Amino acid sequence: MEGLLFLTFATIAVLCALNLVLQTHPISSALSLIGVLGSIAVLYLLLGGEFIAAVQLIVYAGAIMVLFVFVIMLLNTGAEKQPTRKIVVTWISLPLLFTFIALAAMLIAQQVPKTEVVTFGGFSGGTTLSVGRSLFTQYLLPFEVTSILILIAILGAVVLARKEI
Amino acid sequence: MLHPITVTHYLVLSAALLLIGTLGVLLRRNAVVIMMSIELILNAVNINLIAFSEHLKTLNGQIFAIFVITVAVAEAAVGLGILIALFRNKETVLIDEIDILKW
Repeated sequence: MEGLLFLTFATIAVLCALNLVLQTHPISSALSLIGVLGSIAVLYLLLGGEFIAAVQLIVYAGAIMVLFVFVIMLLNTGAEKQPTRKIVVTWISLPLLFTFIALAAMLIAQQVPKTEVVTFGGFSGGTTLSVGRSLFTQYLLPFEVTSILILIAILGAVVLARKEI
Repeated sequence: MLHPITVTHYLVLSAALLLIGTLGVLLRRNAVVIMMSIELILNAVNINLIAFSEHLKTLNGQIFAIFVITVAVAEAAVGLGILIALFRNKETVLIDEIDILKW
């Protein structure tokens, strides 16, 4: 069951990622990215990260993608014209990419020692309770530093949105 | 029956997404799509972190992934702000037409 779920959503993620890169219109790329993010959220659930799966859906697929789609609509760029490539480049690039991915997979399988099977529910430490407790005790300082980072980002966005720049 | 899924499978998926994202950064000309490819790369890193969190049965990887998501949000907000400011001045977001720093 877990194997089937993993294979299904991993395939969806990889295909949507390829679609993101290959599409010419930015809106198609944005929709493909939403597909990638959603299927990755399911994989997080399989790995026992309940809270982070919810965060992935709400923050990434919700907030960030709305921002992206808003900017695409605002800039109204349309489909980008591909520069004319040589026919060899067009036909060899995708097999080359798959070869490269297979090479990386082989290297990972060699380097990582034999890992145990991932079962659904095998690790249940990712609940909101435990994540929140860990975030507000052990990781309190990084958490506060992150809030300063977000403050700086807001200030940067406000400065960039002014008229004079 | 299916081969049992191990942590290594998740690492391979992460590597594949990372490579595709890098390809997007290198190949595309639209700056918005380049930023989306960067988000893809950050997500590949998150899969890695959470897979190792499951493997080691600790929470640390997931906490780190939350921080990565936060940084990605900040990066997207500032990056898209820069893009809009750029579009206001240059009327384009295609990166090969933005060459004022090129000597």
